[in-house]
Amino acid sequence: MLSEIAFYGALETGLIYGLVAFGIYISFRVLDFPDLTVDGSFPLGAAVSAILIIHGWNPWIATGAAVLAGMAAGSVTALLNVKLKILNLLASILTMIALYSVNLRVMGRPNVALLSEETVLTPWYDLGLAYHQVPVVLFLIVVLVALFLLWRFMKSETGLAMRATGANPRMARAQGIATGGMIVLGVALSNGLVGLAGALFAQSQGAADVTMGVGVIVIGLASLIGGEALITPSTVIRALMACVVGAIIYRLAIAFALNADVLGLQAQDLNLITAVLVTLAIVLPGVRNSVVSKFTRKKA
Amino acid sequence: MISADDLRLTFGKGTPLENPALRGMSLTVNQGEFVTVIGSNGAGKSTFLNALAGEVMVDSGQIVVDNQDVTRLPTYKRASRVARVFQDPLAGTCENLSIEENLALAIKRGQRRGLTTAVKKQYLGQFRESLASLKLGLENRLGDKMGLLSGGQRQAVSLLMASLTPSSILLLDEHTAALDPKTAAFVLELTKKIIEEQKLTALMVTHSMKQALDVGDRTVMLHQGQVVFDIAGKEREGLEVKDLLGLFEKQRGLEVDDDSLLLG
Repeated sequence: MLSEIAFYGALETGLIYGLVAFGIYISFRVLDFPDLTVDGSFPLGAAVSAILIIHGWNPWIATGAAVLAGMAAGSVTALLNVKLKILNLLASILTMIALYSVNLRVMGRPNVALLSEETVLTPWYDLGLAYHQVPVVLFLIVVLVALFLLWRFMKSETGLAMRATGANPRMARAQGIATGGMIVLGVALSNGLVGLAGALFAQSQGAADVTMGVGVIVIGLASLIGGEALITPSTVIRALMACVVGAIIYRLAIAFALNADVLGLQAQDLNLITAVLVTLAIVLPGVRNSVVSKFTRKKA
Repeated sequence: MISADDLRLTFGKGTPLENPALRGMSLTVNQGEFVTVIGSNGAGKSTFLNALAGEVMVDSGQIVVDNQDVTRLPTYKRASRVARVFQDPLAGTCENLSIEENLALAIKRGQRRGLTTAVKKQYLGQFRESLASLKLGLENRLGDKMGLLSGGQRQAVSLLMASLTPSSILLLDEHTAALDPKTAAFVLELTKKIIEEQKLTALMVTHSMKQALDVGDRTVMLHQGQVVFDIAGKEREGLEVKDLLGLFEKQRGLEVDDDSLLLG
């Protein structure tokens, strides 16, 4: 039903979107800051890394630059909100729109091909793994490192202060936490992760494209919410695992839907399927609870 | 020591809803004093506390804590000197963080926060010991989410958090008002105990005249954004609620029509 290549492809994109889901977890869940900047910082990461790679930079340094670019974009959104008091959602939309122009400027054209360039993946092809397994192995390592670092950060004094900022800002201020600074740090971190995802995505797909960010926020949210439905995010580590599991399951679900000929779905139906899956992920846990409660009431 | 000098603050200036909340409020609280603050609704009690904490900025006047002018400092920069317990039991703690994480936040109040683990092993003994002093059995529930606790338990933990690190002043904003009478009595006793044991300087806003006279060693009444009387020592001893009302009427030459002041 699903070919091996399609399966590994789904894993690969799932892992990349796991990084996006980490970012969205920080903004939406930890900081309670609905941030749509990611639709712009994802292609920004791709654009920055792609343009540096074709100019002969080391791909890992190019990827690091993509992370910094993402963090800068996130800082702009957060500063618009914290300093200029613009509503968080609107601030992020402003940055997202601005980034469309920035991305075109960075690349100098709508897309940059990386097909014959050396990327972070290149050395890994010599390790004797099957061609389509290489990105999965590398990205799995990246995701696990990011997960570990984020988990340690959230448990640190600064991370705890960030969690308090999102959960109860008044209490956080009374404890001497500069909540504005925490929002800037958190949203920057979030978009840095999304920039990283964009850079890895461009290198594994062989191109950066100015339109590749459309809907990243929805896919990231779908991964986050779906993951939370499967793994109750009662602790930080569970919440982070939910991001990765949710992103992979989401990608696999999409791959199955597109591969199942009986459904008659095609690639252009992707966004429709996404919207349906997000709706189901939001609604289903509630339905399950109400079904369970009806059952128990009848019993009593 | 904390002193407020001629604080003035008007909400909604230039609008039909213009509301002068503070009209020349002055008060000095000395080291080790426990001052209770009373006043009817709209007297400016909460605004005064918010101004001291830094949650609202005054239009004019000066606030000095330990010889440092903090008038223009935001809340988080005053937090090393000013500790606070809110009226709403849900406001002082984070419900989705565990008890130990809430305490770990409080133990670093007003200090730099780094990248080391927040809940350090060396804190746990202190956390358990101070939680045990509440006699609520919370010392065995360090890992439980704060949201699992009742309002009274959360308020008790808030008090503990406020007293975990030294402060120049402890602000208590009607912190027993949202609790049932039995729990309120427990939290009030706990407040007296903590303030006495640690020799804290405290300012407690209360709605109950009886409470205002029963605890602390000085009572201040606010009316229309000003201090109308300020009694301490011998003058305050043996004073009853009706004496306080009489004092208030004599001072202002008007009738008290706020029933809530008579309650308790």
